[in-house]
Amino acid sequence: MSSEIVQENNQANSEHETYYVPDSSRLPILTAIGLGVTLFGASHWLVGSSVWGFTGPQIFLAGCLFFAAVLASWWNTVIKENMAGLPSDQLKRSYVWGMGWFIFSEVMFFFIFFFVLAYVRIYSLDWLAEDPLWEGFSAEWPLMQTPDQAVNGDGAKFKGPDAIIDPWHLPLLNTILLLASSFTVHIAHNAIKAGKRGLFNAWLGATIVLGIAFLFFQVEEYIEAYQDLGLTLESGIYGTTFFMLTGFHGAHVTMGTIMLLIQLLRSVFGNHFKKDDHFGFEAASWYWHFVDVVWVCLFIFVYIL
Amino acid sequence: MAHGPAKGIRRWLYTTNHKDIGSLYLWFSFAMFILGGAFAMIIRAELFQPGMQLVDPEFFNQMTTMHGLVMVFGAIMPAFVGLANWMIPMMIGAPDMALPRMNNLSFWLLPPAFLMLAATLFTEGGAPQAGWTFYAPLSTTYANPLTATIFIFAVHTMGASSIMGSINIIATILNMRAPGMSYMKMPLFVWTWLITAFLLVAVMPVLAGAVTMMLMDIHGGTSFFDAAGGGDPVLFQHVFWFFGHPEVYIIILPAFGVISQIIPTFSRKPLFGYSSMVYATASIALLSFIVWAHHMFTVGMPLAGELFFMYATMLIAVPTGVKVFNWIATMFKGSISFETPMLFSLAFLVLFTIGGFTGVMLSIAPADFQYHDSYFVVAHFHYVMVAGAVFSMSAAVYYWLPKWTGRMYSEPLAQVHFWTSFVGFNLTFFPQHFVGLAGMPRRYSDYALQFADYNMVSSCGAFLYGVSQILFLVIVILTVKGGKKTTKEKTWEGAEGLEWTVPSPAPYHTFSTPPTVK
Repeated sequence: MSSEIVQENNQANSEHETYYVPDSSRLPILTAIGLGVTLFGASHWLVGSSVWGFTGPQIFLAGCLFFAAVLASWWNTVIKENMAGLPSDQLKRSYVWGMGWFIFSEVMFFFIFFFVLAYVRIYSLDWLAEDPLWEGFSAEWPLMQTPDQAVNGDGAKFKGPDAIIDPWHLPLLNTILLLASSFTVHIAHNAIKAGKRGLFNAWLGATIVLGIAFLFFQVEEYIEAYQDLGLTLESGIYGTTFFMLTGFHGAHVTMGTIMLLIQLLRSVFGNHFKKDDHFGFEAASWYWHFVDVVWVCLFIFVYIL
Repeated sequence: MAHGPAKGIRRWLYTTNHKDIGSLYLWFSFAMFILGGAFAMIIRAELFQPGMQLVDPEFFNQMTTMHGLVMVFGAIMPAFVGLANWMIPMMIGAPDMALPRMNNLSFWLLPPAFLMLAATLFTEGGAPQAGWTFYAPLSTTYANPLTATIFIFAVHTMGASSIMGSINIIATILNMRAPGMSYMKMPLFVWTWLITAFLLVAVMPVLAGAVTMMLMDIHGGTSFFDAAGGGDPVLFQHVFWFFGHPEVYIIILPAFGVISQIIPTFSRKPLFGYSSMVYATASIALLSFIVWAHHMFTVGMPLAGELFFMYATMLIAVPTGVKVFNWIATMFKGSISFETPMLFSLAFLVLFTIGGFTGVMLSIAPADFQYHDSYFVVAHFHYVMVAGAVFSMSAAVYYWLPKWTGRMYSEPLAQVHFWTSFVGFNLTFFPQHFVGLAGMPRRYSDYALQFADYNMVSSCGAFLYGVSQILFLVIVILTVKGGKKTTKEKTWEGAEGLEWTVPSPAPYHTFSTPPTVK
C-alpha cells in the first residue's frame, strides 16, 4: 500500500481549502491551571483541611471562578473565529466529530452506573442473602432493609428508606416535560434550518422553560425523598443508586439547559446562527436529546422496575 | 498562521503545534518513566534479600502502587499519545491535529494530575497503597481520606486528558486524511491508534465512574462497595476491570502499530497481510470488552462466569497470533538489517510472544487458581508492558529521532542500550516466572528464604535495566545536541510512508497543503 503513495507538488492542490490552525494560545494552560486549583481545593474541602491559611472551599471557589472565566473566554474566541469565517468546512466537521465522540464518552459514563444497578439487582443482593454473615437478610427490590439493619437493627449505619418515590406522580410529569422538550428543540432546529429566527427563538425558549421546570420538580422530588420518605444518599444501595443516577442526570440537564440558554442569548442578541451554519446550537441540541434518552432509561430502570 | 515557533518558554506553554505537543508528551512521559523507575528500584532494593532492609512495609506498598500508577498512566500512555501527535498528522498528510488548542489542553492537564498524585507522598497518610488496581475496601474504608481524595481527583484529571486526546485523534484520522488516503491505505500505526482512541473514549469514563463511586463511598455515605448497605466490594473489581482490560490493549495496540512500521522497513518488504492486521486489531479491541473477569477468577464467581471469561480470553490468542505470524512472514525472505529500531522490534516480537503465552496459561481458570496474585502474574504483565510497550517505544524513538531532529543517533551506543536493556529485562523478569510458580506472592515486602537466589538475580537485572535507561537519556540528548546531521528525507532506505517524503528535520508545519495519495 505505501509504495503507491506519491506526493505531488503543492500547486496541485491549491484549490483545496486551508485548514485553520489557530495561533499559539494561553487558553489551554490556563484551563488546566483552573481545573487543577479547583480539584485541589475540592479535596481539601472534602477532608476539611487547609493550605497556607486558605480553607478548602476558598481554594475551590477561586479555582471554579477562574476555570469558568477561562472557558467563557475560550468559547468567545471560537465564536469570534467562526463569525470571522476562519474555519473551513473541514474544521466544522472536526467540531461535529468532536461533539459526537464526547457524547459517546458520556454514554459510557452513564452505562457504568446502570451496570452497577443491574449487577446489584441481578446478582449481588441474592448472594448477600445466602451469606451467613448477614443472617436474616432477604434480597428484595426496592431494598427497604439493608443487610446492616437485618443484623444490627436500629444500631445500623446504613438504614433502608421508609418509602420510595412513586413513579406515576412527579417522575411521570418530568418524563412528559423532558420528552416534550425534545420535540420543542427539534422544532427549533427545523425553524433555524428554514431561516425563521423568531420561531427558532420561541421554540428554543420553550425548551429552556421545560428544562428549568424539569429541574424544579426534580428538586421537589429530592426534598420529598429526604423529608418525608427517609430516602437519602445514605439509605443503602437503593438510595445510592437512586441518587447517583438521577443526580448525575440532573447535573447533565443543568449543563444542557445552560448550553441551550447560551445559544438562545447568541441568537437573540448576536444573530449568530445562519440557515446552514448553526453548529453551536446543533451540538447543544444533540446533548439535550442525549439527556432525554438517559432520562427514559432512568424512568424505566430506576423508577418503574 | 505564524510560520516558525515562538521564542522561549511561551512556545511550549501556549503551543498549538502537533510536533511541539508531541515533544512535550514524550519528555513528560520520559520524566514519569524515570520517576516510576525510581520507585521500582526501591522495590527491587528491598527485595534484594529476604527480611526487611530499607523501607517499612507501608512505604513498600506505596512504592508498588505508585510504580504501577505512574508507569501506566504517566509513562506508557502519554508516550504513545506523544508519538500519535508527532506521527499521525505526518502519516496521513494533515497540517496538524484536528483541534489544536484542545490538543494542548490534553497535555497540560497531565502535569497537575501527576503533581497531585506525587504530592500524596508528602502528606501525613502517604501515597496510595492499595495497589495500582486500588480495590475497595482497601482504597475506600481503609485508605487515608486525604490521600484517597487527591488520588481520585488526579485520576479524574488524567481521564479528562485521555478522553480529549482521543477525541482529537479520532477526529484527525476520520476528517484530516489527505485526498486519496483511504482507510485501507493508512499506515498501520494510524489504524492501531484509531482503534486505541476508540477504546479510550469508551473506557476512560468507566474509570471516572469507578473513582466517583469511591469518592461518594468515602465522603457521601453511599454504599456502592459496602456489603452492609447492600453493595458489594467485588463490584468494584468488575467496574475496575471493565475499564482495566481494555486499558491493557490501549497500552499494547499502539506498540503493535509501531512494530508494524519498523519490521517492514528493515526487512525491505511491505507488511505481510495488511488487511488481516487491521481486522486482527479491531477483533482484539472488541474482545477486550468481554474478558474483564479473567482478572478475578479466584474472587468467587458462578461457574458459568468462569467458563465464559476463560473461553473468551483464549479467543484473543487468535487475532494476536495472526499479528505475530504476519510480522514473521514480513521478515521471511526479506533482506534484513539489524539497526537498533529493528533490534528492539525483534526483541519485542520474541518477548511479547512469551508474555502472550503466559497470558494463555493464566486464562485457564483452574490453573489460574494457582498462579493468581503470584510473581508469575508479575512476570507475565511485565513481559507485555516492558518488553511490549516500552521496547516498542525505544524502537520508535530510534526509528523517528532522525526525522524529528535531523540528526542521527550513535548506533554503537544505541546497541549498548539495546543489549543492556534486553539482558537486564530478562534477568529481572524471567526468574519471576519460577518464584511465582513456586508460590511467591506479589506485593509483599518480604519473602521466604527459598526465593532468595532468584530475587537477587532479579534485583541485579533491574538495576542493570535501570542504568541502561539513563544511557538512553544520554543518547537522546547527545543526538539532539550534537548528533551527525542527516538531511535525507528517507533516513532508512526501506522506509515507506508520507513522513519520509518531508525533509529532515521535519519542518515546523508540514502538509499545510495536503499531498495527493494515489
